[in-house]
Amino acid sequence: MVDKSWLKESATFSRPVIREIQRAAETGIYDIRGFGAKRHIPHFDDLVFLGASMSRYPLEGYRETCDTSVVLGDRFAKKPITIDIPITIAGMSFGALSAQAKEALGRGASKMGTSTTTGDGGMTPEERGQSKYLVYQYLPSRYGMNPEDLRKADAIEVVVGQGAKPGGGGMLLGQKISDRVAGMRNLPKGIDQRSACRHPDWTGPDDLEIKIAELREITDWEKPIYVKVGAARTFYDVTLAIKAGADVVVVDGMQGGTAATQDVFIEHVGIPTLPAVRAAVEALQELDMHRKVQLIVSGGIRSGADVAKALAMGADAVSIGTAALVALGDNNDIYEAEYNKLGTSAGYYDDYQDGQDPAGICTQDPELSQRLDPVAAGRRLANYLNVLTLETQTLARACGKSHVHNLEPEDLAALTIEAAAMAGVPLAGTQWIPGKL
Amino acid sequence: MASFDLADNTVRELNKHLHGAVTDKVTVDNPGGKHSVAVGATDAHQVEINGNVGYYCAGMNAEASVVVNGHAGPGLAENMMSGRVHVTGSASQYCAATAHGGLVVIDGDASSRCGISMKGVDIVVKGSVGHMSAFMAQTGRLVVCGDAGDALGDSIYEAQLYVRGTVESLGADCEEKAMRAEHKQALQDLLDAAGVTGVSVDEFKRYGSARKLYHFNIDNASSY
Ligand SMILES: Cc1cc2nc3c(=O)[nH]c(=O)nc-3n(C[C@H](O)[C@H](O)[C@H](O)COP(=O)(O)O)c2cc1C
Repeated sequence: MVDKSWLKESATFSRPVIREIQRAAETGIYDIRGFGAKRHIPHFDDLVFLGASMSRYPLEGYRETCDTSVVLGDRFAKKPITIDIPITIAGMSFGALSAQAKEALGRGASKMGTSTTTGDGGMTPEERGQSKYLVYQYLPSRYGMNPEDLRKADAIEVVVGQGAKPGGGGMLLGQKISDRVAGMRNLPKGIDQRSACRHPDWTGPDDLEIKIAELREITDWEKPIYVKVGAARTFYDVTLAIKAGADVVVVDGMQGGTAATQDVFIEHVGIPTLPAVRAAVEALQELDMHRKVQLIVSGGIRSGADVAKALAMGADAVSIGTAALVALGDNNDIYEAEYNKLGTSAGYYDDYQDGQDPAGICTQDPELSQRLDPVAAGRRLANYLNVLTLETQTLARACGKSHVHNLEPEDLAALTIEAAAMAGVPLAGTQWIPGKL
Repeated sequence: MASFDLADNTVRELNKHLHGAVTDKVTVDNPGGKHSVAVGATDAHQVEINGNVGYYCAGMNAEASVVVNGHAGPGLAENMMSGRVHVTGSASQYCAATAHGGLVVIDGDASSRCGISMKGVDIVVKGSVGHMSAFMAQTGRLVVCGDAGDALGDSIYEAQLYVRGTVESLGADCEEKAMRAEHKQALQDLLDAAGVTGVSVDEFKRYGSARKLYHFNIDNASSY
């Protein structure tokens, strides 16, 4: 055996980099995978709360109330929705996910009084049935889109882009195109299917305004209409979404998860969630629309600390994808032997695209998907959402807030100069915000 | 029988009526190029619109029959589910985009991206269609009695295209197919349904997917 502790690994040509060059040379095709960006980028970890002290007083941890409810869509919709916690479940398609996983997401979200979201592939009866509030995505592919389901939805989300791939369309590889998935999408079974990256019947913000008006007409102005964008030119994108008539804007940072995207896209396109929240809030404030049009932020939300920091920066709610899947059972050690057979390990698994998920979540294989018990998995998700909420309240009370929306940028300090510049909060111990005087 | 004069009534009033319990004959005057005229109908109304309409007329239509005595703007009958939409003039871009069912008849020309991402609808255009028509078309049939522009049927799936005139170019993975008896019969039925006379099915050529791009294959990289 060679004693590897003496060997010096190149920072530039690290082992994963070398492995990828070898893989590319073997196959001649780019790497397609699931999950989100894996490299280190500035994130909410680089912020801390200041808490209360001499100049502010905290709230009692258990007794004094700290409200967590959020109203979404009261700008134009006749029927806005009120969620009990500031955390929603992001859009993930039936196709990418098994029907059991979709049902479990609905169960967990409903138990906590929050919403879940369809995805690129239409609405399934399982998720509609189990979701108290279901947001119906309106995507470029329009797979499974129909006016009946549109009217069954509690809100409509026009998807312009996704943080994992701003400017990219969806992919669902043949292994996951079962009869049911193919039928819902009007496509032949088993083909590699690529969703369009642009909407087929509108381009640009002026068209979007007309499109949103059409969706409102079809649904008699009842439903809140969200617009989801991948974080890139966030200030302008949010400004234009508001102008186009959105009730809610969803901004998804570059860490955001995906079911299948080129690795090069996941890691190199878009900006992190941290600067995106600030840019989105600035756009809302400049138009005097902050708290009138709601902002939902996603991309790398893992804990109540992340939730509280996003809210303190001005978001109205957050949305989770990857963390929700992990709560259901994704990347669980109990499947270690099977992960090993797939050439990976629990904690590293990201091949959501290939349909062999041992946890029965990112698959259409009937045997694998049977492994996921929607009731038990839904309970785990509800538990997890409960912890996120309790943690968020803990931090809010420590800052003396009786509603989580009362958290504010003044409650935050940054640990790094990058985070200070991106989030627009002072570097800890100073009053310095790089880029501002 | 209901009538809406869009010089006085709002588009909202019209659409509300079309989503209501009463199914009847509806006439619409002075549409004045307004958007979202007669969208989301839920029943077998018979709607007659006298004049030109803007974006998304008859969008997501189900069961209703909508006649536009005039021209239609972009996205006519987008995502239609069933029923029939007939335009006596011409239609702008993305006509019948993503539509799942029913029949769309255009007496004049349709612009670019006619039938984009279509999912089961039948479209009959008596004139010509512009570039990128039937882009990513999934299922359904597009009949063009005139000519087709550039890149017809690019990245097409299982939709079937019939063109009587010239095709400027075919898009990636779209190829000419044999016209067998069953196709001639199907085409004749479509022409009859659309009320097209004086043309013979023998004058048409059929196009569809070569199915070479259905699976990622490195040897096809230059076509993607
Ligand atoms: C398996 C999976 C499938 C997804 N499918 C969709 C989709 O169909 N439509 C969409 O807008 N976003 C989709 N997303 C992105 C999520 O909606 C969300 O933006 C992202 O997961 C948030 O980041 P997070 O995973 O770090 O929480 C998907 C994400 C995952 C992990």
